[in-house]
Amino acid sequence: MRNEINIKSLLDAVTVPADWVGIREVYESNTPRMIRDGVPVSNGHYATHGAMIEVLVNGQFGYYGTPDLTKNGIELASKKAFDQAKAASRYALHTFTDEVRPKNIGKYSSPFEKDLRSISAKDLNMLLLDAYKNLKVSDKIVSASSLANVIQTNFHYVSSNGSDVEQDFLMLEFDLSATAVDGQNQQTRTFGGMRGTCRQTGMEFLDQMEILAQANKIGEQALELLDADETPTGEMDIVIAPDQMMLQIHESIGHALEVDRILGDERNYAGWSFVKLEDFGKLQYGSKLMNVTFDPTVSSEFASYAFDDGGLKAEREYLIKEGILVRGLGGKESQVRSGIDGVANFRASSWNRAPIDRMANINLEPGNSSFEDIIANVEKGIYVESNRSWSIDDYRNKFQFGCEYGKLIENGKLTKTIKNPNYRGISNPFWNSLKMVGNGDTNGIYGTPNCGKGEPNQVIRVGHASPLCLFENVQVFGGA
Amino acid sequence: MENKFKNISRTIYSQLKKDELLTLSFTGEESQFIRLNNAKIRQTGLVNDADIHMKMIANGTTCTGSFTLSGNDDIDTKRAKLEIDRMRLESTQILKDPYLIKPGGSGSSREIKKSNGLSFNDAVDAILPAIQGVDFVGILSNGKMYRGNSNSLGQEHWFETESFSLDYSLVAANHQMVKGTFAGTDWDQNEYEHYLAQSKKKLELMELSPVKLETGNYKTWFEPAAVSDFLSMFSWNGISEASIQQGCSGFGKMRNDDVRLSSKFSISEDFSSGLVPKFNSDGEVSSNELKIISSGELKNTLISSRTANEYNRTSNFAEAGEYLRSPFMKPGALDQSDVLKEIDKGLYLSNIHYLNWSDNPNGRITGLTRYACFWVENGEIVGPINTMRFDDSFYNYFGDNLLQVGNKTEFIPNTSTYGNREIGGTTCPGILADSFALTL
Repeated sequence: MRNEINIKSLLDAVTVPADWVGIREVYESNTPRMIRDGVPVSNGHYATHGAMIEVLVNGQFGYYGTPDLTKNGIELASKKAFDQAKAASRYALHTFTDEVRPKNIGKYSSPFEKDLRSISAKDLNMLLLDAYKNLKVSDKIVSASSLANVIQTNFHYVSSNGSDVEQDFLMLEFDLSATAVDGQNQQTRTFGGMRGTCRQTGMEFLDQMEILAQANKIGEQALELLDADETPTGEMDIVIAPDQMMLQIHESIGHALEVDRILGDERNYAGWSFVKLEDFGKLQYGSKLMNVTFDPTVSSEFASYAFDDGGLKAEREYLIKEGILVRGLGGKESQVRSGIDGVANFRASSWNRAPIDRMANINLEPGNSSFEDIIANVEKGIYVESNRSWSIDDYRNKFQFGCEYGKLIENGKLTKTIKNPNYRGISNPFWNSLKMVGNGDTNGIYGTPNCGKGEPNQVIRVGHASPLCLFENVQVFGGA
Repeated sequence: MENKFKNISRTIYSQLKKDELLTLSFTGEESQFIRLNNAKIRQTGLVNDADIHMKMIANGTTCTGSFTLSGNDDIDTKRAKLEIDRMRLESTQILKDPYLIKPGGSGSSREIKKSNGLSFNDAVDAILPAIQGVDFVGILSNGKMYRGNSNSLGQEHWFETESFSLDYSLVAANHQMVKGTFAGTDWDQNEYEHYLAQSKKKLELMELSPVKLETGNYKTWFEPAAVSDFLSMFSWNGISEASIQQGCSGFGKMRNDDVRLSSKFSISEDFSSGLVPKFNSDGEVSSNELKIISSGELKNTLISSRTANEYNRTSNFAEAGEYLRSPFMKPGALDQSDVLKEIDKGLYLSNIHYLNWSDNPNGRITGLTRYACFWVENGEIVGPINTMRFDDSFYNYFGDNLLQVGNKTEFIPNTSTYGNREIGGTTCPGILADSFALTL
């Protein structure tokens, strides 16, 4: 679909006397293929294509999302956006200038070796079927599935102040899942928990040997959980694997640092934040081992890019350094409104939604401890992997997470497997209880395709990388 | 929009070859969004969107696809032909689907709901003046929504509605909040201002000194909005027959062990309000009412035709995802005016937030209190509570711990706008539970 339309020339179709005009064209296709219980349940190709025309009038932005990318369509859209902006400008929350849409010219292509055409629909069906067979290690596996969703996205953004940004992405979401049942005991094991395995990558990710080995391990672990002990209840140390750290970072750091939340935009939906504007540069967010970055430059991580949807160049920045909060997740609009240093994170889910402050790749930087060192430091505790349940309050304080798989840690050693491992806490004291951070060898790169926020609602892709981490004195509990 | 759908449908069906069957579904909207913060406009704009979803049955396979309707006939025809060609080719490559659903002929329908809504040009002046002087945050979603379905055997369905939803929070100086959703089809300025005045009055209660609660079990009244959130969990690893069969449903105890909820608890899928179309994305038409749980006993699960084929059940023409589309919970006997007296000492929860299964097989759900949630003593509100986490099973608060059910239902509109504006909502009363577990 790329180059179907020359949107740069369509800027000339805009005749309204706006102070600034931008056009952001988005084409995206999702190609999901899924085998469940030995039969295909999804072989699809879902495409969306349109543009958002944005105008600035009397300091107020107005937009029109349209699938009609003809000259007439853009002209009509710009008139309607103009009328919306003009009417709203009498009640504008903030009077903006085009400073918040900086001029930038550039291109980005996500890294890949093999494109989508390198594997046929037939071959991918067969690979997923073989993976299913390896998941089904026993009749007690009542359901198992394998999924690959290939996403191709093309952005093209142009503006009246000279921006011209093209960004192309090839991404993959991959999952394996096995559910084992014995009476009312139901246990599900997946490949990274809740679609956590998602990357900017080509079809080289689909290595058959690796996938089949993983499928077998997942099936066996689902079965193992049926006979596992219940997770103990009490306050104890917890060692969290990267595929759960991913969501811990997402919910209790990422969302809490979004400057539009701190400014109150989300109070009616996603919520506010325990972080206040005056906390930047001062708040001891976590222990001194805690270093968190906004890093859109990590090759293959799910939310890498070169420019945000307002045209701002994206660069790596520390959000938390040695435990101190130093920078917020705010794009240019939030930076101007708040006076807080931010990042290039003004992003929209598609052409039919306006950009807002979002996470991109939010990563906990590796420390110095090996896996063995961390486990050896725990006298009594649990080790957990892979998220299966998540919930946190509207200020991003009180969280509760459930994981798929756990192990007891006794006297510095991993011992029995445990089922239904859950833990809960409050963000700020929890991060201050961070006792050990794993080294680069323990680091894992994950993400989520389903981060919801905004009014109107938007789902966006984010990436999170983290090493293994040890937290002290956490409330841990099991199933009913 | 209806003509757009009909025209592209004709074009697409003309491309089919012998033995190829196709179902099309259409989702469209012409929407206005005005996002507000601190009673000012944060963002505003319009969205015009229309998507065609296609499902082809050929060579024993099921292929699906979708594309955006641009409104330009040449472009749309080109997109449709490309998609047909892609599905045709794939149908020779992918695995056979033993449970495929062939399109059928369950009759055609056409429903267009006319209304006297809020015009896009009038919206700012209708909404903004009345909210000045209060910390108001939220969104107006406004305009027309369209749903269509047809198949290559000639069946056609069309559903069109116009509605507005002003979904908002009022925020007190102490950061306590009140939630409001003023929604409907015909705009009435006086009714809007009256509704807003009621919210402002409720906000005064939030300015009472907050009560700090300890964790533990409390007698609790849940307003209909909170009950609606609990019921929404039934649509996620709950009432779906496929979920039960695949071992990931909280309804397993009811199905397999004959565990029952309270005899005061009844819920059905009820399309009689006409707020959502009765046809699903395969064009199948549901009955007006399907009893799900009656007097605590599980009567039906939601069964799509595909699930019916796979597990040898009878379809009740649920949507493919087997979620509730028009849930109705039966009211009970408790009058709203008696609620505080009946609580006596306990919690009054208007809204809850961020629910998730914490132990799905045992029906345990965790989440948080949010908005106007109060501590009650001696049948009177003492003050708002600080945010508390709960973790309890619906087998308790809809089961043995269910004391009373409110005698009036409320319609809680579905205000979700992920991808597109949703239609419909949940109709339910409030409930009084003898015990509810707060954990953090």
